[in-house]
Amino acid sequence: MIPEIGHFALILALILALVQGILPLIGAATNQANFMAVARPAAQGQFVFVAIAFACLAYAFLANDFSVKYVATNSNSLLPAQYRFSAVWGGHEGSILLWTLTLSVWTLLVTLFSRHLPQAMAARVLGVMGLISIGFLLFTLMVSNPFERLLPAALEGRDLNPLLQDPGMVIHPPILYIGYVGFSVAFAFALAALMGGRLDAAWARWSRPWTTAAWVFLTLGIALGSGWAYYELGWGGWWFWDPVENASFLPWLVGTALIHSLAVTEKRGTFKSWTVLLAIAAFSLSLLGTFLVRSGVLTSVHAFATDPKRGVFILIFLTIVIGASLLLFAWRAPKVGLGGKFALISRETFLLANNVLLLVATGAVLLGTLYPLFIDALDLGKISVGPPYFDAVFLPLMAPAIFLMGIGPFARWKEQSLPELAKRLKWAFGVALLSALLMPLTLGKWTPLISFGLLLAFWVIATGVYGVWSRLSQTPGTMMSRIAKQSPSWWGMQVAHLGIAIFIIGVTLVKGYETERDVRMALGSAVAVHPYSFTFRGAKPQAGPNYQAWVGTVEVFKNDKLVATLHPEKRNYFSTGMAMTEAAIDTGITRDLYVALGEPLENGAWSVRVYHKPFVDWIWGGCVLMALGGLLAISDRRYRLHQRSANASPTLTVESQA
Amino acid sequence: MLRFLAPFAVFVALIVFFAIGLKRDPREIPSPLINQQAPAFKLQQLQAPSKQFSPSDMLGQVWLFNVWASWCVSCREEHPVFVELSKSKLVPIVGLNYKDKSADALQWLIQFGNPYVLSAMDLDGRVGIDYGVYGVPETYVIDKQGVIRMKHIGPVTPEILQNKILPRVRELSK
Repeated sequence: MIPEIGHFALILALILALVQGILPLIGAATNQANFMAVARPAAQGQFVFVAIAFACLAYAFLANDFSVKYVATNSNSLLPAQYRFSAVWGGHEGSILLWTLTLSVWTLLVTLFSRHLPQAMAARVLGVMGLISIGFLLFTLMVSNPFERLLPAALEGRDLNPLLQDPGMVIHPPILYIGYVGFSVAFAFALAALMGGRLDAAWARWSRPWTTAAWVFLTLGIALGSGWAYYELGWGGWWFWDPVENASFLPWLVGTALIHSLAVTEKRGTFKSWTVLLAIAAFSLSLLGTFLVRSGVLTSVHAFATDPKRGVFILIFLTIVIGASLLLFAWRAPKVGLGGKFALISRETFLLANNVLLLVATGAVLLGTLYPLFIDALDLGKISVGPPYFDAVFLPLMAPAIFLMGIGPFARWKEQSLPELAKRLKWAFGVALLSALLMPLTLGKWTPLISFGLLLAFWVIATGVYGVWSRLSQTPGTMMSRIAKQSPSWWGMQVAHLGIAIFIIGVTLVKGYETERDVRMALGSAVAVHPYSFTFRGAKPQAGPNYQAWVGTVEVFKNDKLVATLHPEKRNYFSTGMAMTEAAIDTGITRDLYVALGEPLENGAWSVRVYHKPFVDWIWGGCVLMALGGLLAISDRRYRLHQRSANASPTLTVESQA
Repeated sequence: MLRFLAPFAVFVALIVFFAIGLKRDPREIPSPLINQQAPAFKLQQLQAPSKQFSPSDMLGQVWLFNVWASWCVSCREEHPVFVELSKSKLVPIVGLNYKDKSADALQWLIQFGNPYVLSAMDLDGRVGIDYGVYGVPETYVIDKQGVIRMKHIGPVTPEILQNKILPRVRELSK
């Protein structure tokens, strides 16, 4: 009964999505207020029904209802309750439902925080989001219905993929989806602006907090996924350039360009058509990612069961949404005009250059991801493109982007003299260069690549520190009041840029100095990974709720002092017979000690992977700082102040609109 | 105007590739075993553990060799296709029960039906390694001389059976 309620709720949500997607757009085009007024209630009602559907599916999982096919294939009565809940999005159908739910939550937020918008604008934004929702609800109901029954019911479920039975996997997909789907708001704003012919600074200001919010979640989602791969796959890698990873990285790159481009459009009124195109591209790449992951046109370690019918559906949907928006762009954008002029050397130029570099990098990653598909489609054979390609094209593109990142915040809008800029930044460059040359010597070996990586990171830090110092020293007052006088969005930029630097330090040092040992370890034997020594104390069997594990004990010594005792596990899950490696990691600010059990050998010996990973956690620390920077930027009162002044109705509670 | 149509043009080109790509199967990897003698083995039969099975037992007929396991979710998906096929008696299907437990496997066949003339038990996956199995299910078409003629990775759908596997079987049966 409950699953049928869920199914029915989805149908009702689809009807409301149709209303939300069609009437407000007609109303905005023909200037009929009552048609436009339908947008909000329809969107809110749609949210209610999608939420009911989601709750019904969650209930089916928690109640072990194995008469629901999707539950039977993705859960098991032995599965702990928190994983039974996260199993809701452990497979294809539930993932799509989660996507739809996320979209309806974003739409709900738009209905709540858009009262200051002109009615036609709000109606168009919600209408576009309704159209997207129609696509996803149709997709769910037609080819990936999670409520499909399995009759007769299975006695026991097939269990959730053991890889996904992990706390990281409970939160990674929702956070990532919030980011992915969040770009639909920027997309809807862009299309609404194109339809209304109103591409101006106000439009950019409305879009900015939404875009940044989506970007924050996408950043965190990608970082969580990368962290999960690091400790769960047992290989100590944190990024594999896998098609599914790339699918999340592509919208991130374009989203980053979009955030910067929006800043120019808001402040200077330029780059308007470029910004609109980026907003379309960011969401298009989110949809493309869904297509790549869900259709099975590419092979990936994220092996989802694929169904050609689903691929066809998403492709048609993709063609309609992206094709229509690009045609709308081609039709309306030429009339937009150019906006303010700027000189060759100016902040606009630096931001434009960064934008272009980010887009070229996006193109390079996209090309590498799709290349196997192109080659196959042209009947030239089967190939795969791996990290060597991506490293070779991505790093040279990012290096100049990072360099410009240090300069950009110092350049003035409109026009900037280059010698003056060089004079201001020569000390920052000198300090960065010197420390980048010397620091590797204190850490061990010196290589040009390590030094170069550090140079980029220190350059960003040095320019950032200099920027903060010169801003604060020009502001009168006590230190605290000087700090408080700078706008949160300015601090947000500084923090996010610092995050990039921290991230680069992590990547550079872990690539440069990591030690990986694959060894056979007998009971009591030791392996040295300078300056640590790892001693194997054997492995004992231990029972888990739905698996049987071997738990090893490895003692780590530094200068004959015990620094950590690690318990890596090898688990065998009953229901699937799948063996899983649970690495044991001793986390530290300057290094991770990482031990994973391989295979059991004779006489209680095991093959063991022992890694020393210097500064690896800085990679994720950097991502958290970037996200924090984004949050600071969103908190800027400027967005709310504007809303107050633009708002005609004084009864509105503006303060709640964070 | 033309300049602004460029993104659309790029997108259309992408869509064409995707449409072609959808018809392909990236998992369809040319197997080095195609047109090679099927690797020999001797394994216990699932239903009759006292009896053994070897590919040479099938010499003289075209047959399908299907790798399955009770723990494999996608196997459930393709299973009805094989059950249907076994009723038509077009081609004998031999199962390779891969890294499974005999009790689970027997229970599974009772629950979902048994399309196999017999299933060989590959408990430790050794035979799977010889055949280059890297995911379950996989299906091989083997001819009268015991030569592998086709390999399909992943679940067999009714379309794949009708359009790819059966035509090949008919051709080889001539």
